[in-house]
Amino acid sequence: MIDWLAAALIAAGILFFAFGVLGLLRFPDFYTRLHAAGKSDSLGSVLIVAGFALYNLKTLSPGAVLVSLKIGLIALFIFIASPTATHAFTQTAMALGIKPWRKGEDRK
Amino acid sequence: MMTDFMLYGGVAILLLMLAALYRLVGGPTVFDRLVSANMIGTKTTVLLLFIGVLYDHLDMFVDIAIAYTLLNFITTLAAAKYFQRRPPAASRGEGAGGEVGP
Repeated sequence: MIDWLAAALIAAGILFFAFGVLGLLRFPDFYTRLHAAGKSDSLGSVLIVAGFALYNLKTLSPGAVLVSLKIGLIALFIFIASPTATHAFTQTAMALGIKPWRKGEDRK
Repeated sequence: MMTDFMLYGGVAILLLMLAALYRLVGGPTVFDRLVSANMIGTKTTVLLLFIGVLYDHLDMFVDIAIAYTLLNFITTLAAAKYFQRRPPAASRGEGAGGEVGP
């Protein structure tokens, strides 16, 4: 039962990762690529990491609980750090004056 | 059953990293490369957990994953700050961010 729940969480996270990579490859401009990469990356990794924490709790010993706590700390840190990194990229690009893409503009 | 699932999940993450590597190599501006590198780093953290389950030593690989997450975050912030201080050559002035040299 707990295996299936963990597998579902991990599969959902991999799906989010795939959508993020698709956006990174297909979108026309730096800001739109960042929009796709930043959000899907943080949610996908938090989902996968939560799945691993659940999978590890199958044997309920103190050591396993400690490892699951550490995995939860990874999830918490990613949830704080990934938006911060995205913000730093956007701030730097705006400070350098890179203009956002407009509709109809053709850019590689 | 679960080992197979972890194996295929790890392979899927690895293929996604390869796809993101395309943007890292060919991305038009420096920032595209930075976003791609950050994304690959996040995927590496997750891949380390997959490897930990496959080798049956999740307790050990979790510590490596924590260290890698911290390192990836610091690298990202340092690169962003660096390019704010010293802009890459092509994004100075005309703004659109064309082909950026090394």
